[in-house]
Amino acid sequence: MALVLHDMNGLLMDLLAITLLEIFYGIASLALISLGLAIIFGMLRVINFAHGEFLMIGGFSFIMLTSAGVNMWIAMLIGAPLIVGLLGIVVERVVIRNLYGRIVETILATWGLSLFLMGAASLLFGYFQRGVSPPFGTLKIGNYQEGVYSIFVIVLAAAVYLSTYLVLRYTKLGLIARATMQNPEMASSLGVAREKVYAVTFFCGAALTGLAGAVLAPIAGVVPTSGLAYIARSFITVITGGATVIAGTGIASVLFGTVSQLTAILTRPVWGEAALLLTAVILLRFLPAGITGRYFRNGL
Amino acid sequence: MDRRSFVQGSLAAAGVLAIGGAATKARAAGPIKIGAVIDTSGPLEVFGQNKLRGLQIGVDELNEAGGLLGRQIQLVHRDTQSNNQLFAQYARELTAGERVDVVFGATTSSSREIVRPVVNRAKVPYFYNTNYEGGVCQRTTYCTSTTPAQMVEPLLPALIEKHGKKIYFLGADYNYGQISAYATKAIAKAHGAEVIGAEFFPLDASSFGATINRIQSAKPDIVHTVFVGPAHGSFWGQWASAGMVGKIPVSSQTFGLAGEQLRMPPEVSEGIYVCLNYFEEVSTPENERFLTRFKAKFGSSYGYISEASMAEYQALKLWAEAAKKSNGTDADAIERAAKAGLSVLAPSGNVLLDAKTNHCILDMSLARMSGGKFIIEKKFAGVRPSNYGDQCDLIKNPNTNKQFEPKL
Amino acid sequence: MRALQSHVTTIGTLVAGIVLVGIVPFAVAPFTLADLTLYAAMAILAMSLGFIWGFGGILSFGQSVFFGVGGYTYAIVALNFDSPSLALLAAIAVAVTGALLLGYFIFWGRLSDVYLAVITLTISLIFFMLMNSMSSSIYRIGDVPIGGYNGIPGIPPLVVPGTDRSLSVAETYVLVVTVALLVYLGLSWLIRTKFGRILCSIKENEVRAELLGYDARLYKLAAFAVGAAIAGMAGALFAVYSGLINPDVFGIGFSAQIIVWVMLGGLGTLIGPALGAVLIQMLVVWLGKVQVIDANMALGVLFIVAVLLVPAGLVPRLQGLLAVAFGNLARSRP
Repeated sequence: MALVLHDMNGLLMDLLAITLLEIFYGIASLALISLGLAIIFGMLRVINFAHGEFLMIGGFSFIMLTSAGVNMWIAMLIGAPLIVGLLGIVVERVVIRNLYGRIVETILATWGLSLFLMGAASLLFGYFQRGVSPPFGTLKIGNYQEGVYSIFVIVLAAAVYLSTYLVLRYTKLGLIARATMQNPEMASSLGVAREKVYAVTFFCGAALTGLAGAVLAPIAGVVPTSGLAYIARSFITVITGGATVIAGTGIASVLFGTVSQLTAILTRPVWGEAALLLTAVILLRFLPAGITGRYFRNGL
Repeated sequence: MDRRSFVQGSLAAAGVLAIGGAATKARAAGPIKIGAVIDTSGPLEVFGQNKLRGLQIGVDELNEAGGLLGRQIQLVHRDTQSNNQLFAQYARELTAGERVDVVFGATTSSSREIVRPVVNRAKVPYFYNTNYEGGVCQRTTYCTSTTPAQMVEPLLPALIEKHGKKIYFLGADYNYGQISAYATKAIAKAHGAEVIGAEFFPLDASSFGATINRIQSAKPDIVHTVFVGPAHGSFWGQWASAGMVGKIPVSSQTFGLAGEQLRMPPEVSEGIYVCLNYFEEVSTPENERFLTRFKAKFGSSYGYISEASMAEYQALKLWAEAAKKSNGTDADAIERAAKAGLSVLAPSGNVLLDAKTNHCILDMSLARMSGGKFIIEKKFAGVRPSNYGDQCDLIKNPNTNKQFEPKL
Repeated sequence: MRALQSHVTTIGTLVAGIVLVGIVPFAVAPFTLADLTLYAAMAILAMSLGFIWGFGGILSFGQSVFFGVGGYTYAIVALNFDSPSLALLAAIAVAVTGALLLGYFIFWGRLSDVYLAVITLTISLIFFMLMNSMSSSIYRIGDVPIGGYNGIPGIPPLVVPGTDRSLSVAETYVLVVTVALLVYLGLSWLIRTKFGRILCSIKENEVRAELLGYDARLYKLAAFAVGAAIAGMAGALFAVYSGLINPDVFGIGFSAQIIVWVMLGGLGTLIGPALGAVLIQMLVVWLGKVQVIDANMALGVLFIVAVLLVPAGLVPRLQGLLAVAFGNLARSRP
């Protein structure tokens, strides 16, 4: 009897552990795909509708570099962010620079950009680029088995958030960036080159997006239309989070990731998705400037 | 009917006859026109590009052999851009403006149901050549690709015999997925097996961890899947990441239709079972000829010719055969030939039109992924299309016009 | 000046009406008329967003929700009760009811700006997902299955009220174009009424308007409901046109498309959004026909270039040019 009880406990513990891991993974992937968008929105007030395509190009950069013989980790952690970051700089220069402060125009322009990049990717890369399989082995938890790569994604997401926070909070670059965003005129009168700050910020946002695209590529695969699957979710996460980059998007990711994963686990996947959207609707209704709009006005 | 509307009706009818007559004469001089509504941009382009190429090969072949009924063939393609709204517009333009003799195309069922009424009303034969949930029943609409039963009926018994009787079903949460689940349950039952779990995913769901955990604890013998679209591609990555490849055999109704096997690393796709009408790897003389021709025209970077693109080519051959048989291309002529029994020898094997349902009786191949390629393990000749509850019978009730569903 | 403008609007609409209703049906092929019917239905939808956004300051990503709800309601009622006219009224009624509920939720929560855009987008996506997942035949309203991703096919055309004679292609065209013109006239009138002026003042400065004693929420709600009624009607007409409605109308792509129409045509005008809708759709159809370049790429470049070169939109830009030209003309006269 005691033995059976122990077994039952063990089974429950396994289930609990694996469920927690799923939830953390859900949070981490949501947090990763949203961060770049959050930086560009939070700091520049630009809604980048081509965000999904930035993710897609990050994924393509990663698999193309890898198949060209570049080391997988270099391709993922350096190559893809660099390529998408540079793309971000070009986009900022050619399109966004003329549209600062006009949020609606940027929606239209970046929507156009999204269509363009989708078409361009289908011409350049097509639908048949061979992907990269998820590295690392598996982890056994009782009856269950989970990829170590999921744990890698969770750890990486945490690391990326922490380092972004540290850069913004403690470095000169972060200080200048925050100052320029809060009061461009003042910053520029103090000798800060505003245009340069915008470009660097856009580069950083795009690079983080490229990183996220590369990290998810081994799991999700990449096709020119991959971006469509991400855009709505990351958009909703960022806006619901509010204007503070780290806290807002972080909290929103935790909330949405938990709600959608738990609901999906307990009921059906479709209700998981619905729960995410419903939570967003209710949050926005009662915190009309996003989660952090009220409480973290000057936070990060 | 009062007298005035009768007179109006007759006048209108006479007008139609006159115009029809004139058009027939005018048409006889020019080429025979084939209208194609196929997505060559947007998300469904992944199917559309090779679907169109399949038709182009067919048209080239006919023209080189001196055309059809002594006339050249002209392919009039419209890029529907994965946009349902455009299907109605182009279908009208092709039938009324270009006055095409036949319409091919549409990928999704919703786009088909937009095209079909327009083309039916114009009294132009319509060939829909994508695997779908089955059940369309109308005398001038020909659905030439596979229905769920054709995939599952050969596939599941073979797997049950080899691996066991406990099946777990995963499918896209839409019509095709739901009806496939129904077919899976029915066929499992008929073979003494059981579906121990069935889960459905919205088309943009990309998180399958919880499901994989449930499968791990349910320990089925077979996992049968019907995934659709890029988001669902995540399943394979997560399955592989969790170390499930090779642990539980997986089969799919959709894998390979959009060239998935080229995208996926071989270690991820290893062992997936698929049962389709056509693979490039099918070894028939017809297929060799087709592939040589295809590669000569389009090079080698076309991706993969799957059942989705082959079906267009086979449908064109079927239509041309019908036109030859009854010496005409109008809807009646094609229908006459179809009722008299129509079949062609195609790259996938024998394609036989079932006059009762206007669907095709097809040869199916069961393949298994190995080293990133399909290895054909078994062939099944003459597999019949789904006909839910035997409801569709165009011989007995030629005026049927609906899409039947299985009674759940 | 205002009176003059109103006369210009009326006369312009009348002339357009004579051309579109009196001449076009005899001059073009029936399938072209069918295309024009679609464009007119979409122009109605574009005007509905052009009104609430351009004159009420409500940037809604959810105008497609009312369009879709209108289309679905039309399909379900028309197929259940065999009465297209009733279905058309039902479509409008359901869309308005939805707008009142949603509007109360939004405006009493003081949502605005980009947050309003996202909440409406989210609601649209909820519809998209739920409709998609109702593919099993157990989901039905009356005799009509919701149909999931495949949608509801076989939607009947409109009939002459009181009879069962369906409208022909040309008659449907005339009806839809007339409705579009009436919507244009009606909205132009509404904007000039006291209600419209207060609405505009709320858009310009909500706090000031409230201090003057106007309840901004109430005015926005009313405008939102009017927009929804028009969008719902457009959805019903679209369902009539295509004979099928499916969840695509709730997708993010369709929502964005409407916004693009309004912006390219010119925010702050009514004719601009309508023109934007027609021109872009014609362009899309043409691109699919000539196929010189990937349609997505071409549209993408066009949107970017348009934002950079004609940020105010087509119609305001043209009006500006015309004003300059006429100004010069007036000055050159003795």
